[in-house]
Amino acid sequence: MRNVPASHAQSSDSADRALKLHDESERNPGMPLRANEIASIRVNRSAVERRAATIPTRRTVKKEYQAAWLLRAISCIDLTTLSGDDTPGTVERLCAKARRPLRDDIVDALGVRELDIKVGAVCVYHSFVETAVRALEGSGIPVAAVSTGFPAGLSPIAQRLDEIRASVAAGAREIDIVITRAHVLLGHWDALYAEVRSFRDACGDAHMKAILATGELATLSNVARASRVAMMAGADFIKTSTGKETANATVPVGLVMARMIRGYEAESGYAVGLKPAGGIRSAKSALEWLIMMKEELDDRWLYPSLFRFGASGLLTDIERQLEHHVTGRYSAANRHPMV
Amino acid sequence: MSVATVADLYSSAVLEFGPAPESDGPARAWLAKHGSEFSHFIGGEWVAPLSGERFESMDPSTGKSLGRVAQGSAEDVDAAVKASRAAYPAWAALTPHARARYLYALARTVQKHSRFLAVLETLDNGKTIRETRDIDVPLVARHFYHHAGWAQLRDTEFPGYSPVGVVGQIIPWNFPLLMMAWKIAPALAAGNTVVLKPAEFTSLTAIAFAELAHEAGLPPGVLNIVTGDGSTGAALVEHPDVDKIAFTGSTEVGRQIRRATAGSGKQLSLELGGKSPFVVFDDADLDSVVEGVVDAIWFNQGQVCCAGSRLLVQEGIADDLTARLRARMEKLRVGAPLDKSMDIGAIVAPSQLERIQGLVKQGVDDGATMWQPSWACPADGYFYPPTLFTGVSPSAMIAQTEIFGPVLVSMTFRTPSEAVALANNTPYGLAASVWTENINLALDIAPKIKAGVVWVNSSNLFDAAVGFGGYRESGFGREGGREGMYEYLSAPPIPAMPVPRTARAKAQSPRPSKSSIAGPLIDRTPKLFIGGKQSRPDAGGSRHIESTTGELLGEVADGNRKDIRNAVEAAHAATGWPRMSGHARAQVLYYIAENLGARAKEFATRIGAMTGGDGAREVEASLSRLFTYAAWADKYDGAVHDPSIRGVALAMHEPMGVIGIAAPEEAPLLGFLSLVAPAIAMGNSVIAIPSQRAPLAATDLYSVLETSDVPDGVVNIVTGARDALALVLAEHDDVSAVWYSGTNAGAAAVERASASNMKRTVTKGIALDWFHARAEGDRFLREATQVKNIWIPYGE
Repeated sequence: MRNVPASHAQSSDSADRALKLHDESERNPGMPLRANEIASIRVNRSAVERRAATIPTRRTVKKEYQAAWLLRAISCIDLTTLSGDDTPGTVERLCAKARRPLRDDIVDALGVRELDIKVGAVCVYHSFVETAVRALEGSGIPVAAVSTGFPAGLSPIAQRLDEIRASVAAGAREIDIVITRAHVLLGHWDALYAEVRSFRDACGDAHMKAILATGELATLSNVARASRVAMMAGADFIKTSTGKETANATVPVGLVMARMIRGYEAESGYAVGLKPAGGIRSAKSALEWLIMMKEELDDRWLYPSLFRFGASGLLTDIERQLEHHVTGRYSAANRHPMV
Repeated sequence: MSVATVADLYSSAVLEFGPAPESDGPARAWLAKHGSEFSHFIGGEWVAPLSGERFESMDPSTGKSLGRVAQGSAEDVDAAVKASRAAYPAWAALTPHARARYLYALARTVQKHSRFLAVLETLDNGKTIRETRDIDVPLVARHFYHHAGWAQLRDTEFPGYSPVGVVGQIIPWNFPLLMMAWKIAPALAAGNTVVLKPAEFTSLTAIAFAELAHEAGLPPGVLNIVTGDGSTGAALVEHPDVDKIAFTGSTEVGRQIRRATAGSGKQLSLELGGKSPFVVFDDADLDSVVEGVVDAIWFNQGQVCCAGSRLLVQEGIADDLTARLRARMEKLRVGAPLDKSMDIGAIVAPSQLERIQGLVKQGVDDGATMWQPSWACPADGYFYPPTLFTGVSPSAMIAQTEIFGPVLVSMTFRTPSEAVALANNTPYGLAASVWTENINLALDIAPKIKAGVVWVNSSNLFDAAVGFGGYRESGFGREGGREGMYEYLSAPPIPAMPVPRTARAKAQSPRPSKSSIAGPLIDRTPKLFIGGKQSRPDAGGSRHIESTTGELLGEVADGNRKDIRNAVEAAHAATGWPRMSGHARAQVLYYIAENLGARAKEFATRIGAMTGGDGAREVEASLSRLFTYAAWADKYDGAVHDPSIRGVALAMHEPMGVIGIAAPEEAPLLGFLSLVAPAIAMGNSVIAIPSQRAPLAATDLYSVLETSDVPDGVVNIVTGARDALALVLAEHDDVSAVWYSGTNAGAAAVERASASNMKRTVTKGIALDWFHARAEGDRFLREATQVKNIWIPYGE
């Protein structure tokens, strides 16, 4: 992509850096917007799609390696419920699963009890933040709240900012904001930057994931531009989708966002996280995303500090695959405690 | 080695991919079934080499033998050609539909055994299983499907065309199965029978395929496989009962084949080497460019004739791109080709590895900056890491030589025109990539690069519907698509010219022609016509031209090699002509006809005097011919192919460039114009040698051309000793094609000499009845053009 310097060859201490989870000094402070460079960012869709298509065909993981990768995938899940009919009961159930994402017998058979595998976070609407915080007490699992008039993000700006502050006050340590798609479609980069910047300020110490709603941005070039503006405005993560758009997290979109993250780090020195959300339901697809992170970025993006899946059903399929690894038999969903 | 625990793997600093081997069981079982000893496949049977000689075929990733393959002798080749010849009549007599069923069966066979073929190919060649599984084998199946279609449609789409006969095919080791499919699918679809010689390093998949094809019911003798080294290939090339040779391989061997077949009448198609440019403009999507480079030069270990091996980068972004490339190279994985997580497999053979090592060393010694990733290749087997040279000058040996390995050389340019100049600064012309987000720039540059395939914002895309083949010393002929089918078909015959009148009784001095007034005729000796001017011949000599009755009709300039040299320079200076629209060129051709028609009587008389034939009829036919090619000038369209991507491939008909023509002896005006007109109609410039015995019709044309708005240099006419002049043209490295009408010995000399720059030659079917209705049209236009396929993926 134009005007974005190359990333440097990955340093060997990347794994060490990955362990510095949520270290405040690592947070992306953003940088001043250079609006004139945004419009010139161009992404070649066909070329991106060709690369995306070969990511799962150039790499695969098998046996013990696959099991380890799948466990890592679990640790990167933002276990999510965002339904209109959510109740405290369903949220509590989700939190219980977040604490114990794998059946005990599978954990033991894999010999990973001491790893204390947990999901990355639990993600809910503002109304359920307190419920979730309570349910997760002592687990160390953060609560993330979707905010700013999710999913359309078109409520008055004051309300959106208030919503962020309210969720943070209720105990949310992560806030998933949505951008105004119109700013991207109209090329109003100043407005987009100001919006995301104001959200970031409202978040305070809570980490901010900027949902780009890529399914509504029309082109990969727009995805790249919106990614860059969101990072310049201080996003800790950029996230593909609300899960409510007709097109969710696709590998080509993720590839473009990953490349923008790479360019941004090369330029600013700050690593920004990526969160694909919506449509990732199979263990195979989760591996594909992890492989892409390792290949296009590096191992730091295989930890929840820089990578999350926004998903719920995904966990069940991963559990089934891990059971298969343990038993050699294909498993059924009903054998695993539901989300 | 103890198996790592899941917990250890999870907790390690880096999450490793771990091993992911594809099973080689079925392929090993097949090798074992044959006792690891293979024979030729001739006439539907295994035939042991007459000499009893065999050689080892090796897995280059381990250096271990996979089995022993037969060394074919001239006798073995002869047996295969005989079997092929015996099978030919029945195969050629089948209905198109019946042949289509066989081709369809071959396509299905490939699919039904796809994994076995992929694994065997990986074992034998060393390329990764990802490539054989996802690229080679699917393309092989696609090729047979596509050509099952051509088999079905042959008689409706190529009416009057017939198969060539017995075809000898020689393929390289870099894509053993795919090159086999590219060769045999169109050959069989057209109705030919085949003797195929696989490469010495990689014979196994061809043997396996022949076995499967036989099981699928292909009649014995239709497809024969003779294995062996270069000497086996040479025996096939030299076999007198082979009607056509199709070869893919190095330019050097292509040259040998061109020389060896000169004068034999064998048809030839050659797909040779390359040093293909990969041009990156500063508005390109650079991260996608990086992946494009991976697909270009780190595909198949860089052992790809069309590999984008010369990276030309706009200067302002060069450092940025280099940094991105190095970061990407660090992530490439080289190792066991059957491992599903490898990007780069083994180099095919130790000799090839040594060649790569030697060339890289020379590049370093020459002062270029060499960069390789920090990791090491496996020590067992023959591996070489991805390598990037920067700071390379066009004069460096590594910038000019085809390395045929995972080695990329990078250079910078400042402007689009400099990019084109650098891209074309090579004897080759196989393929090119152009990267820019500006469609105006992409579609401006693509036609300017001398290459048979241009990929816009992509690299190494292939499809059976899209012709593949080179310009310049990358060979001639196309594989795939309609253009590829013509390589295996003979155009409907045109009768030969009626036997020429016997020459006058010799040994008498020509009599001067009578004048009606007192005193001598005013001397009117035409000079040469070069660059739009009538210029004196270099040697200052002239030749007598006599009538059929021995009368002196006049004299013409006696041109020599320097005149040819000057004419070629003049032809190249006519740069505006190919850029003119077909409509504009048509008007020039009509104008020639108009001005010739105004002098019809004079030309008729002249022709009658020179040949004793019906001059008026010849002039009339000439006018019609000019009209034909004026008509074609704006109608010989290319095609838009529909490859298996979201995008199009534009098959553009581009002029050859500068064509040398030795015009027929007979029909001195009609024959001359029948060759010159299609050439210039398509945008070529020509150097034409008129009929040696009757050149005056052509020299009389000077003033017609001068008054017909023909731009200077488009038509150059050099009179003189035909064969000597034609040979100068054939030897000239800045001439793209030579069409020769003359003696068999002259044709052989032209073909032999053409090997210097691998120019296309036409020597057959030019001594024909030029008055015949079929003596014009697409067969000539095809020779006047070369197909460039421009791949344009799209989508925003």
